[in-house]
Amino acid sequence: MNAPAHPFASDLTLPLTEIDVADPKRFELDCWQPLFSRLRKESPVHYQTVGDLGPFWSISRFDDIVEIEKNAEVFSSEPSIAIIDPLPELDIKNFIAMDEPGHSLQRKAFQPVVAPKNLTEFESLIRSRTRTALESLPENTPFNWVELVSRNLTTQMLATLFDFPWEERHKLSMWSDAAVSDERITGKADLTLEERQLMAVDIFESFSKLWQERLDDGVESFDLIRLMQKDPNTKDLINDPVMFIGNLMLLIVGGNDTTRNSMTGGVIFFNENPGELEKVRNDTSLIPSMVSEVIRFQTPLPHMRRTVTRDFEFKGQHMKKGDKVVLWYCSANRDDDVIKNPDSFVIDRESPRNHASFGFGIHRCMGNRLAEMQLRVLWEECLDLFESIEVQAEPTRLSNNFVRGYSELEVVVKRY
Amino acid sequence: MPKITFVQADGSHSEVEVSRGHQSVMEFALENGIGGIDADCGGSAVCGTCHCYVTDPDMFGTIEPNEDAMLGLRPDRESNSRLSCQLSLSDVSADTTITLPEFQM
Repeated sequence: MNAPAHPFASDLTLPLTEIDVADPKRFELDCWQPLFSRLRKESPVHYQTVGDLGPFWSISRFDDIVEIEKNAEVFSSEPSIAIIDPLPELDIKNFIAMDEPGHSLQRKAFQPVVAPKNLTEFESLIRSRTRTALESLPENTPFNWVELVSRNLTTQMLATLFDFPWEERHKLSMWSDAAVSDERITGKADLTLEERQLMAVDIFESFSKLWQERLDDGVESFDLIRLMQKDPNTKDLINDPVMFIGNLMLLIVGGNDTTRNSMTGGVIFFNENPGELEKVRNDTSLIPSMVSEVIRFQTPLPHMRRTVTRDFEFKGQHMKKGDKVVLWYCSANRDDDVIKNPDSFVIDRESPRNHASFGFGIHRCMGNRLAEMQLRVLWEECLDLFESIEVQAEPTRLSNNFVRGYSELEVVVKRY
Repeated sequence: MPKITFVQADGSHSEVEVSRGHQSVMEFALENGIGGIDADCGGSAVCGTCHCYVTDPDMFGTIEPNEDAMLGLRPDRESNSRLSCQLSLSDVSADTTITLPEFQM
């Protein structure tokens, strides 16, 4: 008689103090919205002690997240920007999890590769590869969009950025997946610690080899390895394996998961909102705005975390030195104090770029323009090539509170 | 009222007469359809995508630490770089020129 109770139906009734906000299952079932809506209203600066990852603060409002990210002195990015701390046995370091001045010194070395000026040179290459991948898709037969499109294209892009051996490029996405598969954020036993340690060794060896081959070879190239070798702040990074692997992993994950899942999310959102697809078909100048909306609606990274450096009062709450503060971007992107009608996917919003998915302040996403370009090119080509991209079944979502994404999306495409 | 000449990276420019109001140069430029400014964060100095070069740096208030930090991330920062969201339109006391960078990021 009754429909089976939703596993997270109690999010609306339990006292908030009894709820584990970070439960990855909520993202796997895509039922996180009601809890965060309640947090924004009832406890926007919320302290949780329950759950395996507690205690920590949850910040759920857009403006509060901006305020915290502005204050990098009190809200440190060390030792980790994810809810979990690095394992002592696998303690890799990178610039996103560093404070000033070290952070900016390293970030500046990598920034030029994703600067828009460099991107215009990449664009035609990305377009032809995107076109090739789309043209080779099976027609009128169901296939997994995640695998053949999203994963395929982002892996190719990574290989291009690193000038990584083309035939071995699958390693890049394998490493990227492994980096975010810590069971403390997935809630599932995935790779063992030993397997992840071995992988770190493999990453170090693969990149050390490329590093040695390229050192002083006189080739003018904008690949990330040669850029590191050229910049005084990173030219000796290889002597610090913990930092070397860490920064490589940061660039691999940063350039992979995020765009991959937005590439899949867009297909789902258009299937749920055919009217929005019609709008872009009728006016392709809306594609950039649509891309921003896809990135907002997907929020591929649901959270970032900061750590309080000294006792601090924030919005009447007493935070203590060492407290973890989790900034829920997924919630900020649904905050109707800032975003009108936030639970709807609307591709021609007034200020589509004003979303939280890239974060704010000095740690704001470095590759945002690259991601936008990849998504824009994908949709320009899709709209040109396909009459329809039809979702066949509910997507399989990741059980993960750090990456909001998909492992499978079965679709059928029909060409013009 | 004084005028602001907005110069794009390609050299094209438009001259706009300053209206009364307490808005920022960023908001004023967007309202007047000036291209070359993204203003992703809407004016909180936390995205760096309303970067511009001012011809008369002394005309405007000093650079606060937040703005300085965001400008610090730009590879194309110059000594006259500012975030236009942090420039008050009411500070524009005489005709001046503001140049937009080739890209925002």
